[in-house]
Amino acid sequence: MVWHADHDLPDVDIVLLPGGFSYGDYLRSGAIAARAPVMHDVIAHAKRGGYVVGICNGFQVLTEAQLLPGALLRNANLHFVCRSVHLQIANPDTGFTCAYGSGAVPQIPVAHHDGNYFADAKTLDRMEGEGQVVFRYCDNPNGSARDIAGIINEKGNVLGMMPHPERAVDPATGGTDGRAFFESLMRGVR
Amino acid sequence: MKTADKAGLEHARAHGLSDDEYNLIVSRLGREPNITELGIFSVMWSEHCSYKSSRRHLRKLPVSGAVVICGPGENAGIVDIGDGQACIFKMESHNHPSFIEPYQGAATGVGGIMRDVFTMGARPVALLNALRFGAPEHPKTRSLISGVVAGIGGYGNCVGVPTIGGEVNFDPGFNGNILVNAMCAGIVETDRIFYSAAKGAGNAVLYVGAKTGRDGIHGATMASTEFDSQTEAKRPTVQVGDPFTEKRLIEACMELMATECIVAIQDMGAAGLTSSSVEMADKGGVGITLDLDKVPQRETGMTPYEMMLSESQERMLVVLKPGSEDEAQAIFHKWELDVAIIGQTTSGGRLVLHHGGKTVCDIPIAPLADDVPNYDRPYQKTPARSVLRPEDVPEHNVAEALLRLMGSPDMASKRWVWEQYDRHVMADTMHESATACDAGVIRVSGTDKALAFSTDCTPRYVYADPVEGGKQVVAESWRNLTASGAMPLALTDCLNFGNPERPEIMGQFVGAIEGMAAACRALDYPVVSGNVSLYNETEGVAIPPTPAIGGVGLIADASKVAGFAGAQAGDSLLLVGDNTGWLGASLYLRECCNRDDGAPPPVDLAAERRNGDFVRRQIAAQAVRAVHDVSDGGLACALADMALASDVGMQVRACNELPLHAWYFGEDQSRYVLAVDPQNVDAMMHHAAKASVPVCIIGLVSDDKVLDFSEHKVALDTLRAAYENWLPGMMEKQ
Amino acid sequence: MKVVVHVQLREGVLDPQGKAIAGALNTLGFAGVVDARQSKVIALDLEDMDESTARARVDEMCRKLLANTVIETYSVSIEPAG
Repeated sequence: MVWHADHDLPDVDIVLLPGGFSYGDYLRSGAIAARAPVMHDVIAHAKRGGYVVGICNGFQVLTEAQLLPGALLRNANLHFVCRSVHLQIANPDTGFTCAYGSGAVPQIPVAHHDGNYFADAKTLDRMEGEGQVVFRYCDNPNGSARDIAGIINEKGNVLGMMPHPERAVDPATGGTDGRAFFESLMRGVR
Repeated sequence: MKTADKAGLEHARAHGLSDDEYNLIVSRLGREPNITELGIFSVMWSEHCSYKSSRRHLRKLPVSGAVVICGPGENAGIVDIGDGQACIFKMESHNHPSFIEPYQGAATGVGGIMRDVFTMGARPVALLNALRFGAPEHPKTRSLISGVVAGIGGYGNCVGVPTIGGEVNFDPGFNGNILVNAMCAGIVETDRIFYSAAKGAGNAVLYVGAKTGRDGIHGATMASTEFDSQTEAKRPTVQVGDPFTEKRLIEACMELMATECIVAIQDMGAAGLTSSSVEMADKGGVGITLDLDKVPQRETGMTPYEMMLSESQERMLVVLKPGSEDEAQAIFHKWELDVAIIGQTTSGGRLVLHHGGKTVCDIPIAPLADDVPNYDRPYQKTPARSVLRPEDVPEHNVAEALLRLMGSPDMASKRWVWEQYDRHVMADTMHESATACDAGVIRVSGTDKALAFSTDCTPRYVYADPVEGGKQVVAESWRNLTASGAMPLALTDCLNFGNPERPEIMGQFVGAIEGMAAACRALDYPVVSGNVSLYNETEGVAIPPTPAIGGVGLIADASKVAGFAGAQAGDSLLLVGDNTGWLGASLYLRECCNRDDGAPPPVDLAAERRNGDFVRRQIAAQAVRAVHDVSDGGLACALADMALASDVGMQVRACNELPLHAWYFGEDQSRYVLAVDPQNVDAMMHHAAKASVPVCIIGLVSDDKVLDFSEHKVALDTLRAAYENWLPGMMEKQ
Repeated sequence: MKVVVHVQLREGVLDPQGKAIAGALNTLGFAGVVDARQSKVIALDLEDMDESTARARVDEMCRKLLANTVIETYSVSIEPAG
C-alpha cells in the first residue's frame, strides 16, 4: 500500500489500483487520483512494461491518466448498480485471463455509478481488432459501448475493468469465479 | 425569583420552548439568557436532544444483560462478541430532513449514524436501514424514494461500508412524513473502546473534521415540531454531506485511537458543537470553555449563535490528554482535515464561550443536561379491537391471493432499491438483500464468527394494538436473527411516533414500550441504544406508530449460517409453530379485502423462545437445508419466498381443519418454515416433541417449478414476475 | 479576478443526465423539449493578473484537470474587472 502523496513506488511486479471513491469522485470519477503525485511513478512503471491493474475506480483512474483509451461515463440508467454479472472473456490470451478455461463465463459482482464505457467508434474498432477488449458483459448493466467490461492497452500490460474479481475469491462471500483472474496475473509475473 | 420578560418569552416561543420552560431557564440563571444562551437551551431542551416526553417511559426497557458492555446514554450501544471483541451499533432517524431534501437528508443520516459508531472506536462494517414511504400513488412518493435511496447509496457506497439489509414499506399514513431510519454496526477490540466523558479539568478540546458553516441550524428543533405547509420554506436548514471527508475522518480517528492521546471523544450530531461540548463536560463532571474565534469556519461573519447551533456534518470534538496536542494534530493534518484546539475543560462546571474578545455565554452545565424537563404527558390507552375469526374474512382463491400479495407494495421485491447499495465492499458480506436470508450477515474478519443484523417493524400491528405490536417488533427481530442461525444479543430502537402532546399518540408510545419491554425481558434481548423521533405529523395527521428495531446476533461458526435459498427437490417442508389462521390486521385483509380491522396476532413469548431455540439448534446441527421465518403474508408468502430463492416448486397441504385462506395467509407469530432432507425428518420431529415445539409436515419440495398449494397452482415464473415487476414498474412509469 | 469555466460533454457523447432532464421536462408538460445537455460550471477566483496570462493558465488547468478532453470540451470566460 502506498500513500497518494508519495513520489516513489517500491520495486514491485504489479501495481493494483483498487476500487473505491478516490477523493470522493468529485469533479469526475478518478480524475483527481489520476493526478496524485504517486501516479508519476505508476505511469513510468507502465511505460517500462510493468503490470498495472485498475479495478472499478482504478479503471476510471487509468483512463483519466490516459494509460487506457476511452472514458467511463455515468451509468445509462443514472443509478448506482451493485449486481453479480456474467462476463464473457473476449480475449483469453492475456496476462489477466490466461487461467480462465476456454468458454468460461465467470460470475463477478459490479458496484459502480460510472461504469458506462465510452470511446469513439474508430477507437472501439481498433481496440477490437487488436484484442484489447478483454471482458464483455453478457447482460450489460450500465450502457457500456459494445458491452465492454474490461480492456487492456496496446502493449497488454495495463488492464482496467469495472467488475470486482477480488470480491469473488471466497465461497463464503461471493463465490470463487474471480480467482482465475489473480492466478492469471501470478502466471504472468513468474 | 426572577421572572421572564415579554420579549424573552416571544423569542423563546420562536425557538420552540414553552413559556414554562423559558421561565424555568430564567429562574435557573437568575436573569434573561442572551440570544446565544437561548439558542443553546432551546436545542438542549428540544425533544430530540432531551427526550423530555419519552424519558420516564424509556426507563422501562431492559438495558442490561450478560453480553452488554455499554447500554443507552452513550453514542451507541456495545455488546461483547467474544475473543476480546465487541460490536458497537445504533439506529437513528433522519425523518424530517429526508422529507425536505431526500438525497441530503438520507445521506447525512447515514453519515451521522456512522460517526456515532466510530466515535466509540469501532470501524463501521455494516449499514442497514428501515424506510417508510406514503402510498405508492401519492404524487411525492416516487421522488422521495429516488432521492432517499440515492442518498443512502451515495454516502454509504462512497465511504465504503456495505449496506447489507433493510426494509421498505408503504402506507398512506406516511404521505406527509416519511421515515428514514439508518443503522450502523462496527467492530472493536474491547480494550480500545472510547467514551464521551471528559474527565479532568485543564485538558485541551480539539475540533476536527470539516469546517463549520451555517447549515442545519435548528435541525434538532425542526425534528421536534410538527410539519405544516410552511415547512417547505425551512429548506435552507438541511445540511449537506461530504462522504469523502467522512472517510478521512474515520481513518484519522482510527489512527488517533491507536495512540494514547484521547480522554474523551464525541461526534457533533444534532445541535452540533452545543450538544457535543455540553454532553462531554456533563458526563465528565467538568466545565468547558471555548474560544469560538478558533473554530474553523467555512463562511465569514458567523455569530456565536450560528456556530453553536450549526449542524455542519463530518465534525468531531476530542478532549486530549495533556502533552498530546501535537501528536493528535499531526494525524489530522496528514489526512488533510481541519483541526484546531478551541478550548479546554475547566473545574467550574460552566459552559463559557468567548468570541471577539467578549464572553458571549456563561451558564451552568447542569441545568442544560441534567435538569431538562421530564414530562409525564397524559396518555390514553388505544382501544382494543375485536378478534376476527376466519369466517369473518372473505375467502379468495389461494393462487390469486398469493399473486396479489407477492406483488403488493410491502411484499414485492425491493431489488430496485438495494441494487443501488454497495453490499459487498470490505469483502466480508455473507448475506445481504440479494441472498435470501432473514438477516444480513457479515463475517468477523480474521475469526470463525459472523454477525447477523436485521431491521424490523410492523406498524399496522402497533397501530392496531400498541402492546401486542410492541411485543411483535421485538419478537420478529429476534426471529429473523434466529432464522439465520444467530444467537440474538441485543437491539437498538428507533421510536417513530406522532405528537406526544396528544394523549392518544402518547398512549401508542407508552403501550409500545410496555410490549417491547416484555418481549425484551422474555427473550433476553436488551435495548442498548436508540433514539426517539416524535412529532411525525402533518396538519394533525400522525404516522402509524413505528418503533423500528435493529437487532444484532452472533453466529459462532460462520460456516453454519442459514438462509432460505437452499431447498432441494424431495425435501420435506415443515412448519414450526401453531397455525390458528389469525387474519386480524393481516396483509391478506389489507391487500385482498381492502380492510385493516381486527386485533393483530398476539405473541406468546414463551412459545417464541421455545420455537426459536429449537430452530437455532437444528441449524447448528446442520439438519435443515433452508429456513425462513413466517411473517407478513403468512405461510403462503414465506413458502413463496423460499421457492423463488431456491428456484423450486412445492406441494403443500393444510394439516388442520382451517379454511384455506386462514391456513395460508394467517399471520400467527413465532413460526418458521424449514426445508429438511427427508432422512432428517424423524429425528427432528422427535426433538421437537421433546422440546414441546409444535411441528407439522406440510408438504414437499418438487422439481416442476410450480407451487401447488392445496390444488391451487401458481407457476414459479408467474410468481417471480409479480414479485419482481411491481417496484420497477412503479418507479419507471412515465 | 473571476474566471468561469464551462465544461460540457462533447457532441456525440451520450449524456444520460441530460436525457433524463429532457424526459422529465416533457413529462411535466413542457412540450417541445427536443434535447437537454448538462454541463459543469466551475467558478475560479484568481489573484489579479493580465487577461492573456490568466487565459493561458486557465487553459492549462482545463487540459490538466478540469476537463477530460476524451469526452469533454471546455470554454473559459473572464469576467471584466471592477
